[in-house]
This record gives sequence, structure tokens and C-alpha cells, in this order.
Amino acid sequence: MLRYLLVRLWQSVILLFLVSLIGFMVLNLAPGGPLSQYTLTPGMTKEALDRISEQMGLNRPLPIQYLDWFWNLLQGDWGKSYRDGRPVLEIIRGHLFATLLLMGSSTVLAVMIGTWIGIHSAIRQGSLFDYITTIGAMVTLSIPTFWFGLIAIFVFSVGLGWLPAGNMYTVGDGSVGDYAIHLIMPSVVLALVNVAVWSRYMRSATLDVMSQDFVRTAKAKGLAPRRVLMKHIVGNALVPMITLAGLQLPTLLGGALVTETVFTWPGMGRLFLDSLGYNDYPVVMGLLMFSAVLVLIGNLAADILVALVDPRIRLD
Amino acid sequence: MNATAVSDPSKSRARWWRSRSARRFVKNRLAMVGVFLIVGLMLACFVGPHLLPFDELFIDLRARFSPPGTGAHIFGTDPLGRDIAARLFHAGQISLLVGFFAMVMSTVVGTVVGIVAGYTGGWLGAALMRVVDAFLSFPSIFLLLALAAFVNPSPIMITIIIAVTSWMEVARIVEAEVRSLRDRDFVLAARMVGLPRSQIMFRELLPNVIGPIIVAATLTVARAILLEAYISFLGYGIQPPLPSWGNMLNGAQQYLDKAPWLAIVPGIAITMAVAGFNFIGDGLRDALDARSDQR
Repeated sequence: MLRYLLVRLWQSVILLFLVSLIGFMVLNLAPGGPLSQYTLTPGMTKEALDRISEQMGLNRPLPIQYLDWFWNLLQGDWGKSYRDGRPVLEIIRGHLFATLLLMGSSTVLAVMIGTWIGIHSAIRQGSLFDYITTIGAMVTLSIPTFWFGLIAIFVFSVGLGWLPAGNMYTVGDGSVGDYAIHLIMPSVVLALVNVAVWSRYMRSATLDVMSQDFVRTAKAKGLAPRRVLMKHIVGNALVPMITLAGLQLPTLLGGALVTETVFTWPGMGRLFLDSLGYNDYPVVMGLLMFSAVLVLIGNLAADILVALVDPRIRLD
Repeated sequence: MNATAVSDPSKSRARWWRSRSARRFVKNRLAMVGVFLIVGLMLACFVGPHLLPFDELFIDLRARFSPPGTGAHIFGTDPLGRDIAARLFHAGQISLLVGFFAMVMSTVVGTVVGIVAGYTGGWLGAALMRVVDAFLSFPSIFLLLALAAFVNPSPIMITIIIAVTSWMEVARIVEAEVRSLRDRDFVLAARMVGLPRSQIMFRELLPNVIGPIIVAATLTVARAILLEAYISFLGYGIQPPLPSWGNMLNGAQQYLDKAPWLAIVPGIAITMAVAGFNFIGDGLRDALDARSDQR
């Protein structure tokens, strides 16, 4: 177990290094590179630019610049926003809660509904329910999240007037109920794609377990079918779903970005787009790296959890 | 796997349409719906504009916000009075072409990386696959938007950056397939005859993994069309006045109460195209999977 943990941790460190390399390459793609903020300033002379470039250490060789940048990153110095000069990490922290709330609530929804659909279409394989949910999942995966959001706003806000069209709370209210009402539409919209993915995987995981010998034994020794299903089948089918939850993190984060934009939800995705609009590259880069690190941690956590739950999985 | 393709490629290629796979594909109802959707959309987008009385850039301010079915405006008009049908079909040409070429690029890159990593294995293979993992760690929309904001957003650049963020799936699939074939007899034989590495990889192994590549490529078109729609919707993809399905939706949100068709029509087009390619890809997977032969 310990060996598994160490190897897995080492892999994550290597991935972190590669991720930061990609991030650094993207950073240097910015028009004018890290200097862009100053090149856009009117009245900037060539000499002044050279001086700033020297101060920022941009005349050093790229590998040195990279190491410097990565070192600062590790120490929590993610640069300062061009817009208001606040440290990038502090700005991100200010938007983290909203995104985690949205992602968390939609994941809970997706897991509950998706697991239920997956189990039921597996035990009734080939039934009408199975057929409809299969096609339904494929169609759902083809709908752009933002479009589904627009349609939801059209129906439930513009048409019926039941739910607010955006924001996280009403100014001046901010009670728990008020948050909840604002949370409904974005989290359902974000959950939709994940319900589709989750139910598909849960279906095949359940089918996998159902065909195994220990299930036959459990049935043969006369256990109640319901008990076999709940304890033996579902319990085991859920194990690979932990890994899936980790693997789905990038999609979930990307979906959150789009959903936040449509519903003016004040999270990291919204911040990302605002910062892009203001050419606030340090914040853009910070969010890019932050989301990747979040994904790495999520995958690591999922793998450790699976290894704890299932003793068979300890390195191959 | 398709063993005949190796022993006698000319023969099996000559009658692929009579093969069991082809028959299985045609019998798959969902896959045929997909083919129907895509053929229909392509006809509409590439032939449609010639049949419409309006140009996609023609502005008629008197006809602003006409609902669908007003006169000859079958899908209505937009806030500038431009015909939505004409714009939709032109946008479709761009969205479909971006999706197609992004697929071609990402499939080529993914296939090369996958074959090299899978066949070479060892240090190089591991390094390549870690790069794949690293790219997969970024939420693709974040990476795509960051790149899109930094480059000149021409359709070609948009296609390239979509390819940059979607070659990894193909690479993973190809790598796994090639790794499982690496020690088969035909590869050992090829190595013993002294074929150079590149020939073993691309003449011997490639034809044997073409099935999964085709499936992945089809699904990549769907993904690319979706990604283009996402970034164009957010304003960083294809730039107006050039229409794309995504950027037609860009301004739609503010007119939801007044002109909901602005949001509904392009959204349905995107969903149809993406669903079409997903259905075809899924049908191909079932049809090309040797294990479903028993049925």
C-alpha cells in the first residue's frame, strides 16, 4: 500500500512538472509574452520596454525563466493581476467557493440520478427503459451545455418566471433559501451531461459485476434478490465509479465555466472569461494552472480512495 | 482483429461494403439516423444557400426580429434583419469544415503519437503518454480559450487549436491497441525480415488499428463541433461577420424574451450535427468490434 502511494505520488509530481511546462508555453504565446501589459500602454518607448524586460528578467534564457516561474508557483507566488494588482492566488480564492458550490451540488445530483438510471437499465437490459435512457444519454451528450442553459432560462425565467435567470443571490437578501433558488438551474444544467456519462458507466459496471461468479453464488445460496443487488452488485459496481469521478473532473470544471457564464455565476469560470476580456493574463494563467492542479489532486485522491476500498488494486 | 486485411489487403478492401461489419452498421437503426442527419445537414449547408432568396450578409433593418415563417424568412431574422436560414447554412459550412479538419489534424497527431509510444514502449513511450496525461489534466475549454485569446482567431487557427486540445483520446486508444499487438507473430516476422521500424509501425501495425481510429475520429468530429460552438459562443472563436453556429448564439441571450428563435434554431443545428456524428461513431464501434461477431 505504501509503495503504491509513493509511486502514485511520484507520478503526480511528474505530471505537475509537465503541466507547468505546457502552461509556460501558453504564457509565452501571449501577444508580446509577459510584457503585453506594457506594450499596450500608450506612449511606451522601446528603451522603457527594454528596461522593464530587464527588471522582469525576460532577457534571460527561457529555461531559466521557466525554472524561476515554476519556483515562484510552488511557493504560492502566482503573480499579480494587471487589473487591480492583487495577488492572483487571492483573487482565485475569492471565486473558489462559488465554483465548488456549483460543482458539488451538481455532482451530488448527477451521481444520484445517474446511479439510479444505470442500475435500472442494467438489471432490465434490453427493456424499453434501457433503450430510452441509452438514446437519451447520447442525445444529452450532444447538446451544448450553454444552449441547454439558454433554453432553461427561456422556459423557467422568461416564460414561467419561476426561477431567477442568473447570479448567486439577490442583493440585500442572501438567505440560504435565496442561494438555493439561484442554485437550482445552474446545477441542474451542469449535472445533465454528467448524468448521461455517469449512467452509461454505471450501467456497464453493473453488468460487469452481475456476470461474475460471486453474484451467482450469492443467488444460489438463496439470498434475497434485493440484497444481492444492493450489497453485492451495486457495492462493487460503485468502485470503478470513483475513478470515473476523478477522470470527469476536467469536463466538470470546463462545464462549470460555461454554465457560470450563462447564469452570471460569480465563480472561477466567470473570472476566467472576465480576465480574458481585460487581457489580464496573470489571472488567466493562474486559473489555467489552478484548474489543472485541481484535476491532478482530484485524480490522485480518487486513485488512493479506490486502493483503500479495493485491496486488489495496488499497482500493476 | 481483421486478419485478412494483412494477408491480402486488396481483396478485403475490394468488398468492404459486403463485409459483416458493413451489414451490421446498416442494420443499426441509430447509426442510420446519424447518417441521415449528417447527410441532410451537409446538403442543407452546402446546397441550401443557393436555393434561398437572401444573402447571409444582406441587412434589412425593416425586417428586424421577424419570427420564423415571416415571408420567405423560414427561420426568421436576427437583430439586424439578416436572414437566419442563410446565416445558419453558411455557419454550418464553417462549423462542419472546422470540425472535419480539426478531426483530421488531431487524428493524425494522435495516431502517430499512439503508434510510436505503443510500439517503442520503454522510456520514450512512457514519456509520450505522460505528455498525453498532462494535456488531459487541463479542462479543454480553459486551455482552448487561453489559446484562442492569444492567437489570431481565423478559422484556420481555431481549427488548429481545437486539434491541439483533442488529439489525446486518439493517442490513448491507439497506444493501447498497438501495445497489445506489439508481440504478435506478424510483427515479430516483420522484425525478423529486417523491416525498418517506421515500416513496421505504419505499414504493419497501422492497418490493424484502423478500426478503433475510425471510431475515435468520428467521435472527435462531434467533439470538435461542440468545442467550436463553445468558444465561438463565448466570443473567442470564429469572429463575425463570418457566421458559425456558436457565434450565432453569442448575442442570443439578451433577446431571449423578444426573439427566442435566435437561440433555438442554431442550438438545434449544433445538437443535430453532434448527435449525428455520435450516433455514427457508436454504430461504427459496434460494427467494427470483432467480439460482436457472434450475433
